[in-house]
Amino acid sequence: MSGYRLQGGQIDRTRTLPFRFDGRSHSGHPGDTLASALLANGVRLMGRSFKYHRPRGVLTAGSEEPNALVTLRSGARAEPNTRATVAELFDGLEATSQNRWPSLAFDAMGVNDWLAPFLSAGFYYKTFMWPAAFWERVYEPIIRRAAGLGALSGQDDPDDYDKGFLHCDLLVIGAGPAGLSAALTAGRAGARVILADEDFRMGGRLNAESFALGEMRGAEWAAQAVAELASLDNVRLMPRTTVIGAFDHGVYGAVERVADHLPIPPEGKPRQILWRITTARTLLCAGATERPVAFADNDRPGIMLAGAMRAYANRWAVAPGKRVALFVNNDDGLRTAQDLAAQGVRVSAIIDSRPYAPDPGIPGARHLPGALVIGSAGRLGLDTITVRTAQGREFRIDADALGVSGGWNPNVHLTCHQRGRPVWDDALAAFVPGADLPGGMAVAGAAAGVFSTHGALQSGHAAAARALEDLGRSAPAPTLPQAEDTPIDLRPLWHVPGKGRAWLDFQNDVTVKDIKLAHQENFRSVEHMKRYTTLGMATDQGKTSNLPALAIMAELTGKTIAETGTTIFRPPYTPVSLGVLAGRARGKDFKPTRLTPTHHWAKARGAVFVEAGLWLRAQYFPRPGETHWRETVDREVLAVRAAVGLCDVTTLGKIDIQGRDAAEFVNRVYANGFAKLAVGRVRYGLMLREDGFLMDDGTTARLAEDHFVMTTTTANAGPVYRHLEFARQCLWPGLDVQLISTTDAWAQIAVAGPRSRTLLQRVVDPGHDISNAAFPFMACAEITICGGLRARLFRISFSGELAYEIAVPARYGHALMERLMEKGADLGVTPYGTEALGVLRIEKGHATANELNGQTTARDLGMGRMVSDKKDSIGAVLSRREGMNREDGLHLVGLRALNTGSRLAAGSHLLERGADAVAANDLGWVTSACWSPHLEAPIALAFLKSGAARMGETVRAVNLLSGQDTAVEIVSPHFIDPEGERLRA
Amino acid sequence: MRYSALRVFAEALRGQRGWRPAWRDPDPQPEYDTLIIGGGGHGLATAHYLASRYGGKRIAVLEKGWIGGGNVGRNTTIVRSNYLLDGNEPFYEYSLKLWEGLEQDLNYNAMVSQRGILNLYHSDAQRDAYIRRGNAMKLHGADAELLDAGAVRAMYPRLNFDNARFPVQGGLLQRRAGTVRHDAVAWGYARAADSRGVDILQNTEVTGLQIEQGRIKGVETTRGPIRAARVGVAVAGSTSRVMSMAGMRLPIESHVLQAFVSEGLKPLIDGVVTFGAGHFYVSQSDKGGLVFGGDIDGYNSYAQRGNLPVVEDVVEGGMAIMPAIGRARLLRMWGGIMDMSMDGSPIIDRTPVEGLYLNAGWCYGGFKATPASGMAFAHLLATGEPHETATAYRLDRFRRGLPIDEKGAGAQPNLH
Amino acid sequence: MIINHPLLGPRDAQEFTYLGDATLIDRPDGMADAAPEAFHDYLHLRDNPAGTHRELWYHEGGDRSWLVVTRDTRTHEITRVDLARDVALQRGRGA
Repeated sequence: MSGYRLQGGQIDRTRTLPFRFDGRSHSGHPGDTLASALLANGVRLMGRSFKYHRPRGVLTAGSEEPNALVTLRSGARAEPNTRATVAELFDGLEATSQNRWPSLAFDAMGVNDWLAPFLSAGFYYKTFMWPAAFWERVYEPIIRRAAGLGALSGQDDPDDYDKGFLHCDLLVIGAGPAGLSAALTAGRAGARVILADEDFRMGGRLNAESFALGEMRGAEWAAQAVAELASLDNVRLMPRTTVIGAFDHGVYGAVERVADHLPIPPEGKPRQILWRITTARTLLCAGATERPVAFADNDRPGIMLAGAMRAYANRWAVAPGKRVALFVNNDDGLRTAQDLAAQGVRVSAIIDSRPYAPDPGIPGARHLPGALVIGSAGRLGLDTITVRTAQGREFRIDADALGVSGGWNPNVHLTCHQRGRPVWDDALAAFVPGADLPGGMAVAGAAAGVFSTHGALQSGHAAAARALEDLGRSAPAPTLPQAEDTPIDLRPLWHVPGKGRAWLDFQNDVTVKDIKLAHQENFRSVEHMKRYTTLGMATDQGKTSNLPALAIMAELTGKTIAETGTTIFRPPYTPVSLGVLAGRARGKDFKPTRLTPTHHWAKARGAVFVEAGLWLRAQYFPRPGETHWRETVDREVLAVRAAVGLCDVTTLGKIDIQGRDAAEFVNRVYANGFAKLAVGRVRYGLMLREDGFLMDDGTTARLAEDHFVMTTTTANAGPVYRHLEFARQCLWPGLDVQLISTTDAWAQIAVAGPRSRTLLQRVVDPGHDISNAAFPFMACAEITICGGLRARLFRISFSGELAYEIAVPARYGHALMERLMEKGADLGVTPYGTEALGVLRIEKGHATANELNGQTTARDLGMGRMVSDKKDSIGAVLSRREGMNREDGLHLVGLRALNTGSRLAAGSHLLERGADAVAANDLGWVTSACWSPHLEAPIALAFLKSGAARMGETVRAVNLLSGQDTAVEIVSPHFIDPEGERLRA
Repeated sequence: MRYSALRVFAEALRGQRGWRPAWRDPDPQPEYDTLIIGGGGHGLATAHYLASRYGGKRIAVLEKGWIGGGNVGRNTTIVRSNYLLDGNEPFYEYSLKLWEGLEQDLNYNAMVSQRGILNLYHSDAQRDAYIRRGNAMKLHGADAELLDAGAVRAMYPRLNFDNARFPVQGGLLQRRAGTVRHDAVAWGYARAADSRGVDILQNTEVTGLQIEQGRIKGVETTRGPIRAARVGVAVAGSTSRVMSMAGMRLPIESHVLQAFVSEGLKPLIDGVVTFGAGHFYVSQSDKGGLVFGGDIDGYNSYAQRGNLPVVEDVVEGGMAIMPAIGRARLLRMWGGIMDMSMDGSPIIDRTPVEGLYLNAGWCYGGFKATPASGMAFAHLLATGEPHETATAYRLDRFRRGLPIDEKGAGAQPNLH
Repeated sequence: MIINHPLLGPRDAQEFTYLGDATLIDRPDGMADAAPEAFHDYLHLRDNPAGTHRELWYHEGGDRSWLVVTRDTRTHEITRVDLARDVALQRGRGA
């Protein structure tokens, strides 16, 4: 044997992949993981532990790895805390060790290890309390800098992620012997099967063991099974796919790592995909995880799980060391010794805690039944172990690698994601799945506690057959190959008593002593133990440490392990990148963008846009030479007041209401009367929630006896529609009324200003008289314009001017806007945006979302009398509750700054002159504020206690966040035309 | 036993042999003056303050499982007093002041860390609402600052400023807000209460309330009946179940809220940040994990677990505002059961049953309220009258039309 | 979660919006003398059971049906789904 690379294995020796670890160049082969390649290059030290910065090497060969965490890649693609044991090697891979300074071999923070007696479990709850201010300033910054594992780059993740949905009859999780057997059974029967495995090579332990299946090596059989499955159209194979969680009703989350094994994702490919798999039946074949035995200094690099050793030797052709010892309580010692010896690796000793353990007869290997390993030595890696024999003799054995096995734990995690509890099996000394599985799930193979290869094949087949039967299919008889069927022979051994620190949670540095201290301090429930010691809270979530720890707690409390119980298994099964959970919903694509029909027209005119929910609306239309947004907005406002302006108001919700009982329906959902609204008329409506607070407002037009068109605010278009459907279907299913949202169907443009009628008369087709007499304020009609285009015209006004809103089918919105601009050129027609719209409505005293914030009542708005008591409308009853009708309640008022040079901010609170700025003096707040170009003063709307009775008085609008303190006069909220003469002109 | 650096040092030298149980596990007595049902943060805090501030004697806390196993054991650790309404702000500000002195009071380091909370805003309307709220906070004596986009960027340069669907315009900052090591709160209160003689009875589930002629007489438990003339219920998540034993229907629904933690990372963000255009808020624990959450799943549930749509929704919010976290990994997610009330605000009040008191309806804001809730409930239990900071948390406010509705969402619990 | 829509078959719950207890169908008569108390109970008080719960879901991302879903709040198991309109009619609601 030269170096550590052995013969055979499932690696492609025809190609060599160079890679770097901590700047040093190495090489491996396709099929390697970073861990196997490092071991092949003689690298044992791969990381440092979290708390004491102990040197650590690889413990496992799978996703349960607690120690060998590296930062993979660099720059914006740096991926901290990546388990070297599952990182597939690729050409040019770059990895860096973590949580050490200045280097992995010499870590200054290793000083923590010397201080360990002072840093016992939970020590931080008992100190750092004095002086009080030092926690944030001194202690915590030091702790935070020292804590954490790897670092993110801080740059935006450059890769793409996708999401997808899959459906199947049977989802098989895990492609070991049980999973392959199940997938073959179901696949051959024609069921739609998904077989998912976290590994890049399917086969599970078959790839790691040397057993034969029939005439073939296990790995060959697995490859053949995979090939057959790949040939079946009804089977989808998903390697590199981790099923992360079992959710309700047969929904599973799965993450497929599409490109993590490549230097960068290929053009157009995502890095990973989040699949939501909906399945009728699920078969969990997730195998089992080997657990270590705790003994003094059992954390030296070179000490790993015995099964991991076999995986490295058999699958990756890597020797774990030059002189290998084994410490086991089950037959894994025998298996490992045989496999290593067969590969030419020297096995120096087999320490088997079972006194009756048979001698496998490995040449050169000492066989020590009934013995224990009680210590280890070596700098930055294992050199020797100390053994105590059954007779009590202690001596050292040279070993640069030690394989440990304390037995195997079935991977029951997904069986518990819906709060199922595993049950203790004394024979296996392990928790196995309980009866309360997620609906449609069954478990087979080692995950069900069936550990032999034959048993896995058999149980996989049988479980698949049962699932097929449930689904009304029959399974062909199995043709299972001959395979080993060795019963489990294990004697529980959780820890070796003695001095020194015996490690349980390798990453979080939790020792047997810490568990004892937790017990001593009464942190005895498993949840207290976990939380107090941090055991099982590291990136591996205690996959190798939880059971030994709770077995020790059971010992201490004198309870059984079954009574002691486990903590809760929660998703995800292994950690999942946040990128894939977000998918493509990031950056500008975080949410969809809704564009108005005139968006492109506005954009071409240089409009500035603003988000209004998902909509983008034109905020204002700057002209060349205008240097400040206010200059633009003032111009737009004055143009509306003096001439005519155009504003796209399509975003307001539109609900079409038809049916014999439409009037009755509208009358019940609005607080004010609608039953008697005449055809051809529009009315302002107040909509209450059932609790009597204001929900929304808007205008509703009656186009025909049985046809209404309701408008809502932009923000409430969806909620109001939902509310109306609730009323229609759930409250009054007997009414003859139908609803549909037409928000997107009609483009609607406000035409506002004293010249609006003149402008409209130029586009409205002859035959439609829109004179003031024929078409007065609050009239509506279905008309045609521009030579036959159907349109709806409403004479309503948000600005307080003579104004209309005209609606045309959405696809004509752009053209209508262009036509109105063209026809109105000589009238001074001016497009205006949401800013000017806001100023115009504040000047007119119209409420909008700032005033209708869900906390206000009709009474607050001065519209209390609109709530009819003559009918049963939604919200009317509870709007009469005493707390909403107080004498000193809030009223909507106008405010006008006494000093026109002062500033007035929405959100400011109102105080009396001379009053202290304390809550007891709080009189209300400013809801909306603007500069009024019409009044040439800062004005505002506000809710003021007893405001209606205080007209003409002066209060202060105070913004303590900016230091503004502005004297304001209380005025009517209708700054413009309080008599409404303009809009009736 | 007092905890101190000196004691830690001394115990280190003697092999930690001297540490005693943080609290006892006594057998239940047949009778107490006051029973508190629920060994969560609020129940334990109530016991502590009742014993230490109100001279309460013969007090027991009844916990069906292990103490601190409810929402104090599962939350995103944030404490703050950035509330808008008069009914809430004095209470939460009082709570924050109690947090500030908690560790000295309890002789327990709960790692109260005033790292600040920044609520981002993305529109003028949100800004105006935050100005209103910030002023309300200041009027009540709390601290608040309004930051513009530049100031936010200086503070959190790694947020998404340049490629955002909803660009950050600024934020409302409360510097005195922060995070607290949540489990330690339960343990610290338990230890302090225990040291004053409070019996903490774990694995003692209340199975019935003994009510005679409209008066509470005691409770039935899995460990036998216990008599008491005063019983306080602080079992958020199970409130409806417990109070149904007294025949009461409540303005509460039980909903599941999920929360999330990433793998440990070197320091990335210093304080608490909330995204204003999606459901996402985040802080980083002292261990390095990003602790984050978002919206409730939205359907009634007692299952203590949620579903994927909300997981995705929350992380989408996270990636939208912090695109650098894409390559960090979600380590663990969990679901807790919230008492979602009809107006999003809690209840600390008497009940129609004399001697039976209720502390409930915390929605997902119960953790930050723990000290004030404990104090106010202790006050109510001791005096029969509401604490001055909790006068609005009455059961009859729904009947009277006095909801405390911070969000303006109305009587629909899943919208709060 | 998957909701088996009576008209459309199994649909992902993400397409739906949740309202709450199906007793919200039983809106009291607003003109009755006892209306204030009846509305208080109707709108605010809940059984909030740990177990079988009949509740209203709205197929917002679908056909806009309101459904009454019978679901166990401890396990999330759904045992029955009805059109809310049918339930409302059965409960005697009409015009």
